[in-house]
Amino acid sequence: MNSKDINSIADTDLRPSTVPFWRDPDKRAIVFQVVALLLVAFVSYYLFSNTQANLERQSIATGFGFMEKEAGFEIGESVVEYSAADTYADALLVGALNTIKVSFIGIILTTILGTIIGISRLSSNWLLSKLAAGYIELMQNIPILLQLFFWYAIFYESFPSPRQALNPFGGVFLCNRGLIFGVPEAHAAHAAMGWAFVIALAVGWGLNRWGRQRQARTGQMFPAVRVTLALAVVLPLLAWFAYGAPTAMDIPELRGFNFKGGVTVSPEFSALLLGLVLYTAAFVAEIVRAGIQSVGRGQVEAAMAVGLRPGQVLHLVILPQALRVIIPPLTSQMLNLTKNSSLAIAIGYADFVAVTNTTINQTGQAIEGVALIMLVYLFFSLSTSVFMNWYNKKMALVER
Amino acid sequence: MTNPPVSSREYLKPPITEVGVIGWLRGNLFNSWYNSLLTVVVLILLWQLVPPFFRWAFIDSVWNTPAEACRDIDGACWSIIPRNISFILFGFFPDGEQWRPGLAMALMLGLVIFSRNRKHWKKSLGIYWSIGLIAMGTLMYGGVFGMQVVETARWSGLPLTFMLALFGMVAAYPLGVFLALGRQSRMPAIKTLCVVYIEMIRGVPLISLLFMSSVMFPLFLPEGVTIDKVLRAQVAIILFTAAYIAEVVRGGLQAMPRGQFEAADSIGLNYNQTMRLIILPQALKIVIPPSVGILLSAFKDTSLVVIIALYDVLKTTKVTLSNPKWTGYSTEAYIFLAVLYFICCYAMSNYSRKLEKELHTGR
Repeated sequence: MNSKDINSIADTDLRPSTVPFWRDPDKRAIVFQVVALLLVAFVSYYLFSNTQANLERQSIATGFGFMEKEAGFEIGESVVEYSAADTYADALLVGALNTIKVSFIGIILTTILGTIIGISRLSSNWLLSKLAAGYIELMQNIPILLQLFFWYAIFYESFPSPRQALNPFGGVFLCNRGLIFGVPEAHAAHAAMGWAFVIALAVGWGLNRWGRQRQARTGQMFPAVRVTLALAVVLPLLAWFAYGAPTAMDIPELRGFNFKGGVTVSPEFSALLLGLVLYTAAFVAEIVRAGIQSVGRGQVEAAMAVGLRPGQVLHLVILPQALRVIIPPLTSQMLNLTKNSSLAIAIGYADFVAVTNTTINQTGQAIEGVALIMLVYLFFSLSTSVFMNWYNKKMALVER
Repeated sequence: MTNPPVSSREYLKPPITEVGVIGWLRGNLFNSWYNSLLTVVVLILLWQLVPPFFRWAFIDSVWNTPAEACRDIDGACWSIIPRNISFILFGFFPDGEQWRPGLAMALMLGLVIFSRNRKHWKKSLGIYWSIGLIAMGTLMYGGVFGMQVVETARWSGLPLTFMLALFGMVAAYPLGVFLALGRQSRMPAIKTLCVVYIEMIRGVPLISLLFMSSVMFPLFLPEGVTIDKVLRAQVAIILFTAAYIAEVVRGGLQAMPRGQFEAADSIGLNYNQTMRLIILPQALKIVIPPSVGILLSAFKDTSLVVIIALYDVLKTTKVTLSNPKWTGYSTEAYIFLAVLYFICCYAMSNYSRKLEKELHTGR
């Protein structure tokens, strides 16, 4: 038998020429998928036709035409100008901005608090470590909604009326109308200080790039972080002095039954923010702890052996590796915080879900309303996953 | 030069500052100047917080008095709990029949404690649970053995909370496994359907699904058909939990080495057999601890049904608080509930950690 014969045998299809289609995996897969798709299509059609019939009977118009109508309800707090005479679209925008506001502030505070607690958990101080552990257990094992109700009740029941407001520091008042504190009076210097801060960050970013390139070329290091921090403090201060160092403050004052002046943070917002931050920080603390522990002791010892200072060990060896472990679950916790902010409806903070709920009750547009809620939150989570994919690609270990 | 006698070295005790209470304190609380500072600051903070709380909760408090007696005390009014306990725990369940949900919960607790032991994880456990669930359902609904019929609309309080969590998990698990298998499937249409479902559900808050069940779902049904509100919320919780279970199970499937699939193929098993006999038993074992974690969050999430006005234990508490007699004692009532939730959740998370350690023995 020569090689040609062997080839010809291998080429011949050994399967019988007529395989019944239910024994052919490829064909079976096609049948299976067609059946599944048909089933989904049929169920959707059934629900859709029912819905159409129901809507016609209740004479509810479908579509988003209602967005142009006058909303007719007030919203307690708003980032932009809003009154009851504005449209539903405006009301929904106010709700969305309120959601973004509480999530944004919440994310920043949670990251700070969670990192502090996570590091405390690893502290060699027994008392601090046990306290952090107790905090994490307590917060993780009580439903967030119950915690929100609790903080809201504290604000409403346990805090005094404005006349007997608690005054922990000068210019800060705590009462059942919320948290009221003094702020510097509006002045042109503040805008200039903001710009100075932005410029400092931009310069710092450029310095960081230049420093890294120079390090790659010459091996000399440049303390970009410290210089940036110094710039971020010094430049706004210079701007402040340039405008004549205004120090006028807008201090809240008790007039009649309520405070005038200053900035008021409503009890709803405070309770929501407090609950979300305290709850999510417990989860973030666990993530931070796991991330730091994931860096092997050998790495630290090796870094010390090559003569890096403790600050450099943290900055150049521990953090880059720990962050790779920390960032993905951290982003999912941030997303959780945003999703949990929808519980605002239970304590009367006008977030997107609460405003949409009012809209549904007034217009009967249940389908559009729920679809809007889902779309908005899907937008948040999809943009987060886009960021995550980008980050994972950037941080992935380059293996040789 | 003479060496000191060996015996005197042997009997030399370690310095008093290195052992015992003082040694422990030095090692754990005052081992450097900033740790000492930290300890002192923490102790001062605790001193500011703990004694006043202790005073409020235990010394100035009353435990079982009428509401009027609470008006002129400084401490906690725990009386709100014993005076309303049957409403908080069992809600609108008829007064004389409340032993039934009590017994059902005791039965469930017994089954849970029985299932904790891994030696009992056999086929018989499934049978016990089936019998138990039927018994609990009968106890709750009644209609036999001379028990009065109690409609599901009157099921409220703690039994509702447990029911939503338990059935949420039991029904969501198979669905989640199918979704996970679908996501790993080579068939593009099936895979897409599963991915879209999982990602969509995980991207939205549970509250939007509950809204869907309460305001949108009635529109989906043909005229004249209504589905019970509790059931609709239960379905929403099941659909929500299933997506999370699918992701956990997918983790287990991905942890299976390729060799397992190839070995199954080479001995001629088809897809169903491969999954049923080789892959799933191993994959599901890996994901038991994270599954307990999902059960834990499902249990916590059941409290969200408050927002669509179902009477779970949080809602019955709120109703109690809206009674003018008991208004103003939210802190006490919520602390009681927090303790209740904490006990359940802590037991679960502890168990999950214990299992993780026990099962971490290689496959």
